[in-house]
Amino acid sequence: MLTLIIVLGVLLVLAILYFIFRIGNLVSLVKGKDDSDISSSNSVNAYLLMLFMIVGLVAFFWYSIAHFDSYNLPVASEHGVVTDYLFWVTMAVTVVAFTLIFIVMFWFTFKYRYDKNRRADFFADNHKLEIVWTLIPAFVLALLIFSGLRAWSDITDEASKDAVVVEVIGQQFMWTARYPGKDNLLGKHNYKMIDASNEFGLDLSEEHTWDDFKSLELHLPKGKEVKLMIRAKDVIHSVFLPHFRVKMDAVPGMHTTFKFTVTKSTADMRSETGNPNFNYEMACAEICGRGHFSMRFPVFVHDSVEDYENWLKSQDAWLKQNPDYLKQVPAEKREAAIVKAGIPADSQDAIQAAPVTVTLN
Amino acid sequence: MATIDIHPQTSAHHHDDHAHEHEHHGNFWTNYVFSEDHKVIAKQFLITGMVWALIGGILSVMFRLQLGFPDADLSWLKPVLGGWITPEGKIDPEFYLALVTMHGTIMVFFVLTAGLSGTFSNFLIPLQIGARDMASGFMNMLSYWFFFLSSVIMFVSLFLSTGPASGGWVIYPPLSALPQAMQGSGLGMTLWLVAMAIFIASSLLGSINYISTVINLRTKGMSFTRMPLTIWAFFFTAIIGILSFPVLFAAALLLIFDRSFGTSFYLSDIYIGGEALPNQGGSPILFQHLFWFLGHPEVYIVLLPALGITSEIIATNSRKPIFGYKAMVGSMLFIAILSFVVWAHHMFVTGMNPFLGSIFTLLTLIIAVPSAVKIFNYVTTLWKGNIRFTSAMLFSIGLVSYFLTGGITGLFLGNSAVDIQLHDTYFVVAHFHLVMGSASFFGMLAGVYHWFPKMFGRMMDERLGYIHFWLTFIGVYLVFFPMHYIGIAGFPRRYYSWTNFETFSGFADLNMLVSVAAILTLCAQFIFLFNFIYSIFRGKVAPANPWNATTLEWTTPRHPGHGNWPGEIPTVYRWPYDYSKPGAKEDFIPQHIPYSETQESNLPHENELIKLELNNDSIVVENKDQKH
Repeated sequence: MLTLIIVLGVLLVLAILYFIFRIGNLVSLVKGKDDSDISSSNSVNAYLLMLFMIVGLVAFFWYSIAHFDSYNLPVASEHGVVTDYLFWVTMAVTVVAFTLIFIVMFWFTFKYRYDKNRRADFFADNHKLEIVWTLIPAFVLALLIFSGLRAWSDITDEASKDAVVVEVIGQQFMWTARYPGKDNLLGKHNYKMIDASNEFGLDLSEEHTWDDFKSLELHLPKGKEVKLMIRAKDVIHSVFLPHFRVKMDAVPGMHTTFKFTVTKSTADMRSETGNPNFNYEMACAEICGRGHFSMRFPVFVHDSVEDYENWLKSQDAWLKQNPDYLKQVPAEKREAAIVKAGIPADSQDAIQAAPVTVTLN
Repeated sequence: MATIDIHPQTSAHHHDDHAHEHEHHGNFWTNYVFSEDHKVIAKQFLITGMVWALIGGILSVMFRLQLGFPDADLSWLKPVLGGWITPEGKIDPEFYLALVTMHGTIMVFFVLTAGLSGTFSNFLIPLQIGARDMASGFMNMLSYWFFFLSSVIMFVSLFLSTGPASGGWVIYPPLSALPQAMQGSGLGMTLWLVAMAIFIASSLLGSINYISTVINLRTKGMSFTRMPLTIWAFFFTAIIGILSFPVLFAAALLLIFDRSFGTSFYLSDIYIGGEALPNQGGSPILFQHLFWFLGHPEVYIVLLPALGITSEIIATNSRKPIFGYKAMVGSMLFIAILSFVVWAHHMFVTGMNPFLGSIFTLLTLIIAVPSAVKIFNYVTTLWKGNIRFTSAMLFSIGLVSYFLTGGITGLFLGNSAVDIQLHDTYFVVAHFHLVMGSASFFGMLAGVYHWFPKMFGRMMDERLGYIHFWLTFIGVYLVFFPMHYIGIAGFPRRYYSWTNFETFSGFADLNMLVSVAAILTLCAQFIFLFNFIYSIFRGKVAPANPWNATTLEWTTPRHPGHGNWPGEIPTVYRWPYDYSKPGAKEDFIPQHIPYSETQESNLPHENELIKLELNNDSIVVENKDQKH
């Protein structure tokens, strides 16, 4: 019933509007004012364009300044400071250019609105002007490009040898992280070895996998370069660490990397933002399916490298948590694997006896 | 022939409208449905494009409801969306992605490629260069009907129980290749690919026609340097289309192979749905390269016609020659060439070789120069003009405004280092919706208002046009400007909701504003729709040349018949922008008026051309380009 009333109401309003329109048409027909109207409606539009320009610019500057904190995300990485600087330099250049052109354009539309006593200037060409406004943007752009490219080549340069290595793996619809363990080397993996427990697809015949461990939270040190190794299991995902200004796609069948140095620990950020519950977060930035929006991965930045290393030590190797998989380690290497993964003595015997069943599906 | 009759109707005794119709027998089907007349085909493209625009707009309002009012109960949409509304009254997250995907696909291809370029290239090329019709009317007809078939398939895919394609309009595999990854990658994706393959065939048929028509069928005197900028724009657009669409076709074909025949062009090392797929050695990045090799030129396929239309309308309504005609053509040419070497700026963070990133940053930012030149030239055309704000003119000014606002943010995104943070955030959404979406859409609307009298022989209502313009102009800014802030804050695109993240917890207010503005903007389009339909039947009867414009289409009768000019096709003697020429009686001199009739306003070098006009030798005519 209510729906019916609403529909009828809308129809009534539309009908009234239509009749107003019709009557307006008829009245103007009767009055016989056809094109004499051009100057009055013309001025109205000219004034409205001016008004739009002024109100628009005021709103733009007011919001940009008054709400700066709501859209400016604090930066917490070394290269992020550089890219932010570039961002704001570009912003300064573009806002100046935008404002000038915006004002000039709308001012012209207002100033040169139709006047039946005036005739437009026959001004078809001016090579000097054309050259000037080709060269100025070209020059400004050259500056932006070169500063941008220098930053880009620094950011995408090889990570240093002693960088902390962490692997993040995207899948529908979650992230996991793999740490290299004490040997600081990530072991081999093979997507055909992935199963319900071995979600990394660790190839356990290779020794570096034995001490690798899994984390459901990304732990990073403050003040030391991190080399993020990125891969995906099913479809393309994208690692996005907004506060670190890090973004890199996770592509199935490929290994991508991103190196960066975090400058503020979680605790630092908590005091800087005055929010005791502040947490860094990692998101997915490439459409990956139904749960794309839910791929939150918590990030914790330790106050110092020592803190971080202590945390590393406190973690159990994946093989230790899944001792059944010792079966996949070739028999002659099992001893070494047990030691490296830190598996306690009591569970060793049973595993030792089991037959080798390494299968590739 | 010493003088050219400027009133073709009076000189064509055997060709008055009545006699003309008897020459071309036809029934309803051949005249209005399977017509080979470029004007009818143009209207078919326009009306189909408008239907699609409406569908695309409604889809966008649906997902804006979710984003602006995440807590609202949307069960009232159940009669329309059925099972896609969850029992809690929310849009299904997967259907949300389908909405986003189909909105993008429809708007980019079906509205702004077919609806804009298809309509105005078809309508204006023969009329403005002085041709009876397209080079091949039959191919032209096929072009529309392929488009129609493609439209039908795409439309049907909206109603599948598994939903239409949902992997984003860029359909990156493996997401789009694997039905296990999302429902939309099943039959919906198949239909998407089939529809697009047919669409590409349609686009190629059209483009080949546009190019051969422009090259071969120009009337006597219509040298390349005397073509209106609209024609230049359509010409470049068609060339870009011919060179880039086949690449999308190849990309789609390989994707079809991967999906249906077990190949591994784009697939490698995938573990999904509890099983490891056998595909190895493919590269998802290959698809992205192929896609964006079309995808970026596509931006200019969409934009150039709009810029051409705007050039024409701004010059006409400023009563001034377009400033820097040659620079305008040159910048379009430069943009057309550069558009092929910037594609990988969409892929800075895909793990592509960083050195490639540097090259593409360089090339991308270079393209800003010709774009800036175009804006400066538009603004200078307004300077010291005598501006009439027709609806078409307002929409053209709106286009320049959007082109400026959205184009300038390209300087951020084209710079690879800055793009790292902004990539796939709402900043990108704001950028391309303004610079290519809204700007092109405004070009299309401007074109409709401007050439409506030629299409339907009647005028559209100007007051409704003004209301439509102001609501849309402000509405679009309110929709897309706030997205810059949301993007700078890092909000990723294609998110169903942001509540999972503390980092993205703000901006509920701006998102609501955007959604309200989107709804109002959509509503404003119904004013246009009413105006359009009403004016076809009841609009004021259009005079022959309602805008006092100089180009050839206004020398045709009110309802140009098959063949456009009842008598001889007019000869062209001058460039299309002789507005407010000093000394001239009127403030415009149409292209078909010889210099011998306008001695009072001729420039010195133009007086010399009079002799040549008297010879009426087409070779000589070719040589007398204006030295501006």
